[in-house]
Amino acid sequence: MELFVFVVAAAMVLGGALGVVTRSNPVHAAMSLVLTLFGIAVMFVSHNAHFLAAVQVIVYAGAIVVLFLFVIMLLGVDKAEDLSVEPITNQRPLAAIIGVGISAIVIAAIVSSRAGLGASGEGVDKTTLESPDANIRQLARVIFSDNVFAFELTSVLLLVAVIGTVVMARKTKAVGTGK
Amino acid sequence: MSGVIFAIDPMLEGNVLWTPLLIVLVKVLLVFVVGLVATMLMVWFERKVIAGMQNRVGPNKAGPWGILQTLADGVKLFFKEDLIPERSDRFMFRLAPYLALVPAFLAFAIIPLGGDFRDGKGGLVTLFGQQTRLQLADPPVGVLFALAISSIAVYGIMLAGWSSGSKYPLLGSVRASAQMVSYEAALGLSLGAVLLVSGTLSTAGIVNLQSSIGNWNIVATGFVPFVIFLIAATAELNRPPFDLVEAEQELVGGFNTEYSSIRFALFFLAEFMNTVTMSALIVTLFFGGPQPIAIGTTTLDIPFIPNAIEGTVWLLLKVLVFLYVYVWFRATLPRFRYDQLMDLGWKILIPGSLGWFMLLAAQRVGRDAGWDQILVTLVTALVLIGGYGLLLAAQHVSRVNREKDGASF
Repeated sequence: MELFVFVVAAAMVLGGALGVVTRSNPVHAAMSLVLTLFGIAVMFVSHNAHFLAAVQVIVYAGAIVVLFLFVIMLLGVDKAEDLSVEPITNQRPLAAIIGVGISAIVIAAIVSSRAGLGASGEGVDKTTLESPDANIRQLARVIFSDNVFAFELTSVLLLVAVIGTVVMARKTKAVGTGK
Repeated sequence: MSGVIFAIDPMLEGNVLWTPLLIVLVKVLLVFVVGLVATMLMVWFERKVIAGMQNRVGPNKAGPWGILQTLADGVKLFFKEDLIPERSDRFMFRLAPYLALVPAFLAFAIIPLGGDFRDGKGGLVTLFGQQTRLQLADPPVGVLFALAISSIAVYGIMLAGWSSGSKYPLLGSVRASAQMVSYEAALGLSLGAVLLVSGTLSTAGIVNLQSSIGNWNIVATGFVPFVIFLIAATAELNRPPFDLVEAEQELVGGFNTEYSSIRFALFFLAEFMNTVTMSALIVTLFFGGPQPIAIGTTTLDIPFIPNAIEGTVWLLLKVLVFLYVYVWFRATLPRFRYDQLMDLGWKILIPGSLGWFMLLAAQRVGRDAGWDQILVTLVTALVLIGGYGLLLAAQHVSRVNREKDGASF
């Protein structure tokens, strides 16, 4: 059963990811991204990380990709791109080099740590399986006690990003001059 | 599907475990049928009630009191010509109605539809020797599932508007996405207040804790989250007074302008299904769901009906109240202007629900630490009022600045 779920979810993730790269229509690409995110959510569920799955769907599929689509529709760039034009010279060879490089790094990481691949982990905490709410309690305890500083820093970072966007997006003709 | 499960998971083999599988199958079928019939009756109910409010007769030809009008309309829509505009994105155009319909049905799965919550039974009923709940699914994420589904529902409307290849549907869907994303924050934050008081995500658990009126979450969370939830839910449903998505006077028909025949019917179905689901969710979260009305220890018992079935009756009565409220909204409230909609969402509902959430959290912390409750409430309220004052001041300053730049309101 676990294998079955994994195969289906992996097919969703990979198919979606391929769609994101290959579809020339931005809206279709964004919908492929949604498929990928759902596949990841399914994998979270199969590993008993129910809360992460819900957050994945609510935040990524429900808000972020919706904003992508919103921007695509609002800016009117929802036409299929003309792929014969290269805005940056030699961008295709460069992209190929970077792509091969990143895959090499990932493969190297897997190969160097292959000793640990066969070992099984500790498994899911018993309390998590017995009471679903314990899952969230554990997450909350980790985030708000051990990692509270990183958590708060992240929220400050997001706040800075929001304020920065507002400041940069506003066209002020005469700030401080009084007229 | 069941064959696959049996082949891979030997745990389900054997004669004994056929019963739970059968119960689940029956539940799926039942929830599907109940959802469809409830939607059909809701359309009729809305037309009839709104007709009454506007001094008209309403549907009265098909069946007794016109109750079969929706069925007749559905059959009519099936046989109409199905048009696909030439400049549309054909795949997305076909996909969009299903993206709207499927979440509407999924959300219905987590509502406790009945069961006996009295005497600590926790809503469990015994069917064919199996302990089960009268709800299709009780996922570990509970209410968050509803939130996730409602955030997915926006895709159907967005893609419908975009793929039509026409400007009015596109405007409708751009409005929809902005509106639904904005109000989801307020929806989630007021839901947070309920979760804080209940201490569980499970819908059955939330219902179980609301045994009498004093324990209903509307009282326990202090009324404000309920009001915010109701307003935000109305906006999520795109129902009047927040129906800018399909404002007929401005957008012809909104996101579904180019749709006809059965595809249009699917959108229509999804919209009313969502209304029913959202009413049931409000009842579950704030009004004790299938719990009977009880004051203190005296319970209002319906005689001659077993307790397990009585839960369904109570749920039905409570949901009917909210369905009526939604129709009432539609009949009496004029539509919001777009800037008013955004102002209400971002400047009142989100700060309001966040502030109330913090007040409830402070009270909890104070109770655990043994502080004086009144003092904690007063100090938190003062802090929140100060914060809101700062927000108002900031809004005033930015308004003055914009007017200096030549903007006019």
